[in-house]
Amino acid sequence: MNTAVAEKKPRLTTSAMIASIAAEGQRVKAAPFGKALVELAATRPDIVGMTADLAKYTDLHLFAQAYPERFFQMGMAEQLLMGAAGGLAKEGLVPFATTYAVFGTRRAYDFIHQVIAEENLNVKMCCALPGLTTGYGPSHQATEDIAMMRGIPGLTIVDPCDALDIEQAVPQIAAHQGPVYMRLLRGNVPLVLDEYDYRFELGKAKLLRDGADVLVISSGFLTMRALEVARDLAADKVDVAVLHCPTIKPLDEAAIVEAVRYRHRLVVVAENHSIVGGLGEAVASTLLRHRVQPAGFQLAGLPDAFLDAGALPTLHERYGISREALGARIKRWLD
Amino acid sequence: MKELQNLRQSAYRIRRYALRMGEVQGQGYIGQALGYADVLAVAYRHALRLRPSEPQWEGRDRFLLSHGHYAIAFYAALIEAGVIPESELDTYGSDDSRLPMSGMATYTPGMEISGGSLGQGLPIAVGMALGLRRKENPAFVYNSMSDGELDEGSTWEAAMAAAHHGLSNLVCLVDINNQQADGPSGKVLGFEPLADKWAAFGWHVQRVDGNDLAAVLEAFDAARALREARPRVILFDTLMGKGVPFLEQREKNHFIRVDPPEWQEAIRILDESQQTEGVPA
Repeated sequence: MNTAVAEKKPRLTTSAMIASIAAEGQRVKAAPFGKALVELAATRPDIVGMTADLAKYTDLHLFAQAYPERFFQMGMAEQLLMGAAGGLAKEGLVPFATTYAVFGTRRAYDFIHQVIAEENLNVKMCCALPGLTTGYGPSHQATEDIAMMRGIPGLTIVDPCDALDIEQAVPQIAAHQGPVYMRLLRGNVPLVLDEYDYRFELGKAKLLRDGADVLVISSGFLTMRALEVARDLAADKVDVAVLHCPTIKPLDEAAIVEAVRYRHRLVVVAENHSIVGGLGEAVASTLLRHRVQPAGFQLAGLPDAFLDAGALPTLHERYGISREALGARIKRWLD
Repeated sequence: MKELQNLRQSAYRIRRYALRMGEVQGQGYIGQALGYADVLAVAYRHALRLRPSEPQWEGRDRFLLSHGHYAIAFYAALIEAGVIPESELDTYGSDDSRLPMSGMATYTPGMEISGGSLGQGLPIAVGMALGLRRKENPAFVYNSMSDGELDEGSTWEAAMAAAHHGLSNLVCLVDINNQQADGPSGKVLGFEPLADKWAAFGWHVQRVDGNDLAAVLEAFDAARALREARPRVILFDTLMGKGVPFLEQREKNHFIRVDPPEWQEAIRILDESQQTEGVPA
């Protein structure tokens, strides 16, 4: 690296474990998950909350304060968390179980598979720090959680973009009969989708903007990035469409096929997840099975690697999911 | 005394059903079934509140078979309790049967959980006990597990949580036959002093001879009658193959091998011993 350039850039610190993904000055909502759950629970006495020593860090503490008799602290024991959630569901209650995505999926996988999914139990697993939303390194970065969870039959997977997505998803995943895994953004969560005549519908992908040159299919906060990039590229006369797929499984294959067929020269799947086993591979498989061949197809996900520790802006830039880096990747793919 | 005689007959029939299922399949965890039959007889003919014709009755006590490979013993107990018909025994382990080799909730009436991935029963039991308490349902949860499951960390996560939440509606039953896949449980991963461990975790503990019907009966009653706000565990020391001497003496193994002609021989010996005890079959 050119030292003169390196010296110009300030060296950022990793900061808090949960650094906000909101840009400076961006509109945010605080604790959308916790607030939505508290509101819903007022009319749903069957909803209970559980956590593995991470209520405060998943916004579930709001539920615990509002309904202490319906909140169960399981301690730092994720296998117990998922097993006991299954037990509560077997008794007709609807547990919302929270922890970090790394622990919920990697450590408790067999309990989700055998206790919860095999019996199609009504457990809602809401797990924070999805993908690259912390600079703490692989111990806390759930970059392969979707790949793992997609392998479980009958499990619904939701990867919301922003505060609006989350608050609208909560009542819908509660109403859904069966297990749900939702990737959770907590704290001050960006508010983006209210500008797009958008409503979250479980199982549905939504075209947020149309465009002739590129179609970005995305989930999670990469939809927010895609919308930013679309605005940036418009200045370069590149017309970008964005199809938001907050439900990863079951995938809205019809909407994907419809959006891709005949229309775009480049399809990019953007996700806050490893390129292995995530939305990108799911979309690729969908297109092949439906005999739809876009002129170009690229994956803008995280690399198949153990990611670095560091400050989030640095890491997002390094791994190509910052606004600038994603825009640059798409332009490169267009050339 | 009359009740003990009845329970002895129940245990005999459970052993006999299990042997007949073993003969159908040519294999099965028969050593465990014979060893655990006395505990299951007391559970299903004395301790549990249940309605045989209504396995999902809301007021039932929940019996969780965490050690799913004990299914052969458990089906025998369900037949004895009248939950599933004796005629179904011939389907054990066959295609499309409701009685698969490893117990699964989605297959069998009266089977509360899909066990078999060991160490999951007690965490589920904690959730069910919390759920029952929340619903103000006075039913009990019995989690039945093997000593091998003491190796699983999740067992102890759940043991801590059950005590922390004061789950007085939870009874854990541990079958200590001291046999795991790779050898004697104590040699695979030593678990003694077991009673002290559970006590240190905050549980009410009893350790009894699991093949002494009177002692088993007393332990079940004591666990239920206890007025303390804490979970209860009963540790049952049992003898693999109990009731069929040539199987009791067979080289101890997690999976006792039984040759084809031996199934009938085992049933004959069991029947004879029952008759010499003077209890009408």
